[in-house]
Amino acid sequence: MTFKKPRNLLEGYSKLIGSHSEDSSDDLMVTCPKCKKSLASGDLLGSINVCMYCGHHFRMNARQRLNLICDRDTFAEADGTMVSSNLIGFPEYDGKLENARLDSKEPDAVICGACKINGIAAGIFVMEPYFMMGSMGVVVGEKLTRLFERAAAERLPVVGFTVSGGARMQEGILSLMQMAKVSGAVKRHSDAGLFFVCVLTDPTTGGVTASFAMEADVIAAEPFAHIGFAGARVIEQTMRKKLPEGFQRAEFLLEKGFIDDIVERKKQKKYLAQLLKMHVR
Amino acid sequence: MAAAYEKVALARAKGRATSVDYISNIFENFLEMHGDRRYGDDKSVIAGIGYLIEMPVTVIGIEKGHSVKERGFRNSGSAHPEGYRKALRQMKLAEKFSRPVVCFVDTPGAYCGIGAEERGQGQAIAENLTEMMTLKTPVISIVIGEGGSGGALGLAVADEVWMLENSVYSVISPEGCASILWKDSSRSKEASECLKLTAQDLFKLKVIEKIFPESDKVYAHLKQELYAAFTKSRQLDPQSLTAARYERFRKIGAPE
Repeated sequence: MTFKKPRNLLEGYSKLIGSHSEDSSDDLMVTCPKCKKSLASGDLLGSINVCMYCGHHFRMNARQRLNLICDRDTFAEADGTMVSSNLIGFPEYDGKLENARLDSKEPDAVICGACKINGIAAGIFVMEPYFMMGSMGVVVGEKLTRLFERAAAERLPVVGFTVSGGARMQEGILSLMQMAKVSGAVKRHSDAGLFFVCVLTDPTTGGVTASFAMEADVIAAEPFAHIGFAGARVIEQTMRKKLPEGFQRAEFLLEKGFIDDIVERKKQKKYLAQLLKMHVR
Repeated sequence: MAAAYEKVALARAKGRATSVDYISNIFENFLEMHGDRRYGDDKSVIAGIGYLIEMPVTVIGIEKGHSVKERGFRNSGSAHPEGYRKALRQMKLAEKFSRPVVCFVDTPGAYCGIGAEERGQGQAIAENLTEMMTLKTPVISIVIGEGGSGGALGLAVADEVWMLENSVYSVISPEGCASILWKDSSRSKEASECLKLTAQDLFKLKVIEKIFPESDKVYAHLKQELYAAFTKSRQLDPQSLTAARYERFRKIGAPE
């Protein structure tokens, strides 16, 4: 028997923000971390998880994003049954995986497939924040690699949405190797003259930032998304000083020249469609 | 229980040979090349060209330094983005002249600092991963001490990856792992065991090709093995070479 941590109220809350079951209690109130206003979770779902008062972008689960971006009934999922296993016998990992599947209702931390965006065919991947914070293990690496390989073979562009704490430490060195593996597939896709656009969402960090998130031809980000290589706390400990305001936020990366633009959620579909159209070959 | 942590301690031990020792004992007429032509010269990464017997090769090494003073100068082997960009610049030059590349990896991890983030630590490593994957010249990376996560991988996308018998290579430091898992960095011994980070573990997981015993013969041994490997891989056309490198990583963690 694997020990499962008890569910708590906070998890229920986070799940509701990005819930599949939109029927669950509409009257639950959520406080916006930016403007501190109280929002009904039902209203928030209706406003694509963006605060109607200040525009703060809440997290969003992968299926919700696919609905937002793909043309109706065009998304065809690939490798949707691939599941992670405890490859190096890491303690408590089996239980964590089971919980993550329950929390997210997804088999792993990325959904891949093909779709149309305003009529233009593309490969697409969306990472899932409610599955171990989108961490990249062997399954995530394999699904992404297959996606880029398929897109290269079918001569399709790729649209991606990242959200990730980085490599999944419970799979040890094998998860680190996925960074190289996916990067290889991204490079082959690119060398075939094909287009890759990536939207970085909150948070995109660690091994994902240090691989495919930063390898796209065009890199966009959601407003105020936390994007970086090292964790803010680790940097604070290393430097022994407080970090400047807005450090590692999307606006900071734009200023430093590491992303192409910041694009609000409600404008993303149009933005992506326009870019895809500009890069049709 | 402590076997893995003993390896971690040995890999980090004071007095352990670092990149400068390997460079001076294996190669002749080494010429160091500084700077990334973008921002600065990262002292954590030594790059240059030397002779492996009669074969000119590009040599890159992450250097921790020996004395306290040297460690300060070398930032204890934690490279900034400039270090990865300097390495890539030298690899591109190697490619232009079909010269093999050797990378010595010894780092606790890429530097975690404000400047490093401002100048794109993630982007610098990411670029090395894609560029090294398709570099049209042979590359061998050798972990000689600590292989710290993305900071190590940024110089380890190679045709073959070798390790010294008491070196380690991990997705996260044992301390970092323990503090995330158990909110207690002092449980790093347990974490070392869980992470499967020793050279012997990695060999079993088919992530590395060779393990080198640590003795006074190690330099001669490496010299001989590098020379033999490059003599062979230089015969390959660039396409077969990069295809094999892609396959090497492609199969890691692929379902049966």
